[in-house]
Parts: sequence; C-alpha cells; structure tokens
Amino acid sequence: MRRPLTLKDHHHEQRIFSFRLLVSALLVTLLTLGLVGRMAWLQIFQHSRYTTLSDENRVQTQAVPPPRGLITDRNGEILAANRPDFTVEVIVEQVPDLQRTLREVHALVPLESDDIERFNKRLQGPRRPWDPIPLRGRLSEDEIARITVNQHRLPGVRVAANPVRHYPHGKLFSHVLGYVNRLNSEDLDGMTLTEQGDYAGTHYYGRTGVERYYENRLHGKVGYRQVETNARGRILRVLEQKPPVPGGNLRLTLDMDVQRAADEALGDRRGAVVAIDPRDGSVLAFVSRPVFDPNLFVNGISHRDYARYREDLDNPLFNRALQGRYPPGSTVKPFIGLAGLDAGVTDWQRTIFDPGYYQLEDNPHRYRDWKRWGHGHVDMHKAVVQSCDTYFYDLGFKLGIERMHDFLSDFSLGQPTGIDLFNESAGLLPSKQWKRAARGATWYHGDTINASIGQGFVLTTPLQLATATAILAHHGKQVTPTLAADALQVPPRPDIVLDNPDHWQRMEDTMGDVVHGPRGTARVMAEGARYRMGAKSGTSQVFSVGQEETYNEEDLAERLLDHALLIAFAPVEEPAIAVAVLVENGRHGGSTAGPVAREVMDAWLLDDSGELAVPPPLNRTPPTQVAGGATPPPGETP
Amino acid sequence: MSLREYQHQMPFGGGLGTKLSARLHLDAPLLAALLLLALGGLTVLYSAGGGELELVVRQSLRLGAGFLVMLVLAQVPPRSYRFWTPVVYAVGVILLALVVLVGTEAKGATRWLTLPGLGRFQPAELMKLAVPAMIAWFFNERNLPPTKLDVLAALGLIFLPVVMIAVQPDLGTSILIAAAGLVVLFMAGLSWRLISLALLVLVIAAPLMYFFVLHDYQRSRVDTFLNPEADPRGAGWNIIQSKTAIGSGGVTGKGWLDGTQSRLDFLPESSTDFILAVLGEEFGLVGFVLLITVYLVIVGRGFFISWQAQETFSRLLAAALTMTFFIYIFVNVGMVSGLLPVVGVPLPLVSYGGTSIVTLMASFGMLMSIHTHRRLMTY
Repeated sequence: MRRPLTLKDHHHEQRIFSFRLLVSALLVTLLTLGLVGRMAWLQIFQHSRYTTLSDENRVQTQAVPPPRGLITDRNGEILAANRPDFTVEVIVEQVPDLQRTLREVHALVPLESDDIERFNKRLQGPRRPWDPIPLRGRLSEDEIARITVNQHRLPGVRVAANPVRHYPHGKLFSHVLGYVNRLNSEDLDGMTLTEQGDYAGTHYYGRTGVERYYENRLHGKVGYRQVETNARGRILRVLEQKPPVPGGNLRLTLDMDVQRAADEALGDRRGAVVAIDPRDGSVLAFVSRPVFDPNLFVNGISHRDYARYREDLDNPLFNRALQGRYPPGSTVKPFIGLAGLDAGVTDWQRTIFDPGYYQLEDNPHRYRDWKRWGHGHVDMHKAVVQSCDTYFYDLGFKLGIERMHDFLSDFSLGQPTGIDLFNESAGLLPSKQWKRAARGATWYHGDTINASIGQGFVLTTPLQLATATAILAHHGKQVTPTLAADALQVPPRPDIVLDNPDHWQRMEDTMGDVVHGPRGTARVMAEGARYRMGAKSGTSQVFSVGQEETYNEEDLAERLLDHALLIAFAPVEEPAIAVAVLVENGRHGGSTAGPVAREVMDAWLLDDSGELAVPPPLNRTPPTQVAGGATPPPGETP
Repeated sequence: MSLREYQHQMPFGGGLGTKLSARLHLDAPLLAALLLLALGGLTVLYSAGGGELELVVRQSLRLGAGFLVMLVLAQVPPRSYRFWTPVVYAVGVILLALVVLVGTEAKGATRWLTLPGLGRFQPAELMKLAVPAMIAWFFNERNLPPTKLDVLAALGLIFLPVVMIAVQPDLGTSILIAAAGLVVLFMAGLSWRLISLALLVLVIAAPLMYFFVLHDYQRSRVDTFLNPEADPRGAGWNIIQSKTAIGSGGVTGKGWLDGTQSRLDFLPESSTDFILAVLGEEFGLVGFVLLITVYLVIVGRGFFISWQAQETFSRLLAAALTMTFFIYIFVNVGMVSGLLPVVGVPLPLVSYGGTSIVTLMASFGMLMSIHTHRRLMTY
C-alpha cells in the first residue's frame, strides 16, 4: 500500500468535509421539499381530478333492463312470458387470448358454427365495451357445471341467467303475436336519444305482430345500478340503484280455445282464419297457416332453420290473414246485394232468367255462370243461397263500379281495417280512377261485371272479410278489429245506414239459408248444429279460364286450384261471432272452408257439454293509453 | 477510556435504555426512527396486501433478520471494515464476473448466483455497500481534496462493478451504486469545476444513452414516463393508477384499508415498489409528511454521525450510506408520484421485499458501529 508523500492535514480535510456535508444536507432539504411539493400538487390541487378518475375506475353505472310485459289471452292464459335462459357469455375485454378461450369453451360446451358466427358478428358490430357477448344459450345443467368448474382458467367467461322471451304455445299464435329478437343497431338508430337510453341494457325488441305493435307498452322503463368493480370487472357491491319499471302486461281479446279450434280445423292446409266478436270488435282467433316457431327467432334463428322457412314453397313466414290478398269471390255477393237493394237497383222480388251466362248488348262475350246450364229464374234470395253469378253480373252492371266501390269500402273491404298490427295489407277495391292511375287504362264494363262476383281486380284479406262480415252481422255498425283488450274502438268510418234497415235482417236470414236451406251452398255446415248461422261461400280463381275452355280439376296442379273462401256469423238472431275462412287451393268454399268455420263458431258458442252458451262480450279493462302502441316501422304505408 | 470500557465498568448505571443500547453498540435515536418506520411500513403493507396477515408476517421476519444483521454489524469496529473493504470489494467484482458467466436468469435478466444448497444470491446487493466503502478506503489513504489522478482511479473503481451490473441488465441498481460511489467522491472534496463538467457531460450523454445504450424495455419505461397517457391500459397503467391513488387520497386520505385503488386491484405492485401510492391514498398528504419526517430524522442522524466521525474512512462511508438511503427515497417517491421514470427501486424499509431490507439494515449497522466506536477524547 502506497503511503502519502505529504502528511494529512486533518483540519483542512474536516473543513472540506463539513462544508460538503452542509451542501448535502441542503440538497436533501431541497429535494425533500420538491417531493412534498409534488405530493401536495397531486393531493391538494389535483385532488378533485384524481378523485373523479378513481371513482370512474371503480364505479360503473349499469343499465338494468326492465322485465318485458306478459301477454295473455282474454282468459289469462299466458301466451308470451319470460324465462331464464342460461347462457355462456364472454367479456372480451377481460380475455387475454380470444381464440384460445373459444377453443377451450368449445371443449366444454360444444359450439356450432352458427354460434361462432353470431358471436363474431356481435363482436365486430357496434357494441358497448365491457358488455358481455353471449356465446351460446340453452345450456343444460351439465354444461353450466362444466363451465363453472373451469371458470378460474377462463377469465372473462361466465354463465349468466338472462330472461328470454318464451312463447309457451309455440306455433299456435306465431302470426298474431309475432316475436321479439335481438335488439340491433338499426333499431337504436331509429330511436330518439331518450328512447335509446331506455333501451340501454335491453336485449330484445318486438319484431313483428303484437310484440312489435305494443313494443312501447311491453318494454317498460330502464333502471340503473351503480356498482363498485375491481380492476378485473368483478362486481363487489352495489352502491346505488333505481329499479326498472317493468313492462306492462297485455291482455289480448284472443280466445285460446277458438284459436286452437281454428288452427286444428285448418290442419295442414294453407290458409287463414279470422274470427271477430261483432259486438265489440274483439279478435277471437287469428290464424294463418302454415306457421313458424317464434321461439326459434328469439336468440337469432340459425341459418339452417331460416333457410328452411325461406325456401318452403308454402311460405310459412307469410301472414296470410293480415297480408294475403285474395279475390273474395262469391263471398262479396251479400254486400253487392245490399248495395243493389239500397241503391234501388233491385229488390227482393225482382227476378232474372239465367241461361248459364250473361251477355251485354252489342257484345258477343259471354260471362259464364259457375253452373253451365244456368239457374233458371233467380231472385235475390236464390242468387245468394245458390250463389248465382248471372244475377250479380246483371246487378253489378246496373249498379256501376263507383257505387259498388263506395258501398263496399264502408265494409272495410279493400281498406285497412285499423287492427292493432303493423303492415296490414289494404287489399284493392278497384274504381275507374284507380284503373286510370294505376294501369293507365280506361274502365270497361267487363271490369265491373268481374268485380260484381268478387273477381277481376278485387283483392281482399281474410281479416277484411271477417271485419265486413262482423259489420254486416251488426247491421252496419262499424267494427274495428282489436287485439288488445283495452284498445279503444276508433272506427275509421261512419256506420252504414240503409234507407230500409229491414234489408239487414233479410240478408242475414238469406245467408242463414245458405247453411240451413236445402239448396244452400254451405249446407254441409248445418249438420248437427245447435244454433242457426249465416254464411256465404266463395271460390276465387287462381288463374282465369279461357272463353271456350272447360277446365278439369284433375289436370290442374294443386297450387293452381281455386281458393276456397267462406264468411259466416252466428247465431243469426244475435250474432256473437263473425268468421272468415280461406283455404288456399281448397276449391269449394262451402265444403272445404265451411266445416272450418263451423268448428271455430262451435268453439266460441258452445259450452263444454256441447250446449249453446253465448259468452258475454269482453269486459274491457279501461285503456291504459290512448291510441295503441309504437310508432310504425319506417316505410310503413298507412 | 473509551465509552465501551466505561460502560463495562458500570453495567447498570444511568438510563437503562441508553445503557443497554450503548452496550450493544446501538444508536438509540436511529434505532427508534427505524423501528417507527418499520411499524408504519407494516401497517401500510397490511392494507396493500389486501388485509391478509401473510405478507405482514413474512415482512416482519425479514425486518427481524435485518435488525439482527444490523445488531451484528454494529459490533464490528470501523477499523475492521476498513481492513476488510478491499477484500470484500475484490470478491464482489469476482462474483459479478461469475454472474456474467454462470448466473441464473430470471425475467430476462441475469442477476443471480445460485449457491448449491443456499439458494440464490445477488452479488449486486453486496456492492451497494462495498463500492462506497472501497472509495472511502481509497481516499482514506490519500490527501484530500483528491488529485485528478485520484479522481480518475476512483471513477475506475466505481464504474468497473457498475458496468458489470448494468449489463445484467439492472439499470436501477447500477445507478444507485454509481450514485453511492460518486457521493463519496463529492464528500471527499471533488472540485466544483469537475462537478460542473460531469453534469454537463451527463446532460449531453443522456439522450445518447437513450438511443444507443438502453434496452428496449428500459427505453419504453422512459417513453412511458414522458407520456403515460400514450398507452393507458398498458405501459402507462402503473403510473396513471398510482397518481390517481395518490391524488384521490387528498390531504387526509381515504382511511386505512379504505383505499379503493389498491383494495380493488387497480394499483399494480401495490405492496412492493408502489406501496407509497397506498400510503398516499389511505393516509393522504398528512401520512406522507409523517413518513418523510421519519426518513429525514434517519437521514439527519446519518449526517450527524458522519459529521461526528473521527477519521476519513468512517466519515466518507457514513455520509455515502446516508445519502444512498436518501437517494432510494427520492427515486422511489419521484417514480411513484410521476416525477421520474419507473425504475425498480423500492421504498426503503416499507416496500415488501427481500434483499434490499437486509442490505439497508446492514448499512445502518455500519453507521451505528461508526458512531458507537468513536473515541470520546482525542489523545
């Protein structure tokens, strides 16, 4: 070790050191003050800012969706309810490796490609961050257990019990109830900001039918919940909450038994049945067949199921009762008859001779009667009971299209009935004006003659026929078909007043002979009847037969056969039900559609022991809101 | 007669505490402040650990071991330290070389030596004490203020181990060790001209270091420091959450065990490097000022000890150990409050964790030894 050459000057060294120590102490003091200043800056001057940040960290406001209102029939039978569905959900923000997690979930709970596709669609679509995305619903208890046991190695994956819309009667009410399905961004775009706020947290939206029309009522008001979460999003406690206002329950005018009778009577045939209580406009049955399963749509229908429905030639998604436009055929005759009587063009005594066809002067064209050899001498009664075309060709021609149009319009034919459903088809009641505007052609006499037996341009929906029948059975008093028990009756038109009101009863009696008379076209309905009913059958041509052709039913493909139609009401003395039945390609109104109508009327009018027991009109609950429901979807034509 | 001899004659005279601590070569004020700090630290740690006793128990054991090491080292007279310093320094450098050659890797850095049957051991910890001691020893043998040649030699002694630690890589430790050595240089009377020059070089070199020397992860720490909001869910998360914890604590804090940031796991590393944020959140500015006061008492006592020390080696070593302790505090508080980039420096004696506690308590043992082995009278 090298020794210093000079002697150490201890006092000098001590002085240097002491000074340096002083400098160090000063430095320490300054730096400490700096630290205290920094902390004071954060904790005093920035305190409120960081308090906010800290609260935002831990406090999250969650929307609590309201439970959707229940839908029942008039007797309280539940038609649409909510039930818990166990769904495996993923909070993507918490998943370190999504693909791996999906593979692991798949190993526990088999996922189908549809599930993955739906998941990806919702993942990529606009969504609220930290919102769980459902991966697969309808978990069995085994599957729930498998996910729960493995929860610890699947961060962000959880099983949730979500209330899901459920239709306990499945297909029976599909066309009238419609269905809800997932709320999508287009739905939200169409809403005001307030409405959007109300749908925060809601997963379902009424898509069709009653579910759509009464969406506002059924939905309810959103609630909120402020929760404290940790950094991993786990809820630790609820700080504050405002419970949601549950959606209002909806009682419908439908009667489960009548609906079922109509459904079963139609069976596997394509067609529609609408039954209305003419006393108050209650819709008792509203059936369109074939049907679909609304429960399949609720959580997003699979591609396979949807393709099956879309590709089905019978078009089960099509609501024939509401939107099907069919020529009314001979069912229009009682209304034309009343029009002629009221206009003074004919009376009950006037008789014409029917050689089997009708011919205008100066025109060789023959308008043929369905009965090739003719009905002979025919008056109004016989013309209705035996459905004589020639009588009505003559009557229609004398009446003229304008008077016919105006009179039939008042019965809601070719007009929207105003039922509480969206997308109702208006049908078509032609006029000279209409033909010029729509077809750019002049009106011919032949057009009038075709219209007078419900063919040609005339198109009506089964719902319109039922409504018209109810109005007729109610002697011209307007009836608005309604599905909600508390819906207001807002007749779109004034009541129909005939110069001679006796014509109502006489026409009804005449329609009674259609069923009960020996030559009535719907006499098949009378067998074993416990009450008197009125009816009018009809067939509507799917395609027109050439002038000199005869047509052979056997040769025609089934789908080209005539549609069978029938309107009916009962009891004749004091009608409590009006029915319209359509059976596509059912050929003969009386024999095909008649028994269906009879089943429906029996279901309503007879008690369990088969005796006549006319139910009283619905005890309507006071309306909870004026004039119906939701705003119509965009593009809706009134 | 030395104090020790005096005490041997009168075992039970005077205040019992003072006597006992003097007999054990303990410095009562320093010991009191350290105990206070340890207790306060355990209190905060209990909350930071989620209210579970396990961390507190393990930390208590470590602190106990630390106090034991302190007690043992306080008995060793300073001249023994002086004698053994070059040997320990040399062994330390050799061990660091071994780390480079056969070190154990963890988390992308090679910092440990695995001793068969004894577990892992981090030679850099040893150098935290050996480097300032070595420089103090070096200047003890020379006239002060140092010549330029002496300064150069001292710099060599400092930066040989510092570079070896920096390449492990362990930037935080190497900077602390460099600082400890440089403090000795400063205390020895390094000319102000050279100090200014060094600062100038540092200012110029810092950006060059950033671009050419730092590893990517170190560079990203600096980036995060400069702009934590750039990646709030990633690299910036720690610093944002820790500032939020401190700021939301306010003047009086949210109360013990009521800090939402740490209790709800928003604050990472809440029981180790970022434990100050827990204190700031739960005890507020008041709590911080109390903590810094205890720290200042310790630092002040350290300065007092070095001022009272009677030979160059003890003086320089005591001052260096004290300043190093303060640098720990400054770097940790600066980092947690967002003044400095995030480097892995624990809050001394409060942060949960291993070797640093033992090293720190060892340095306090040496301080106590320096103070209690003074000769009362010059001869």
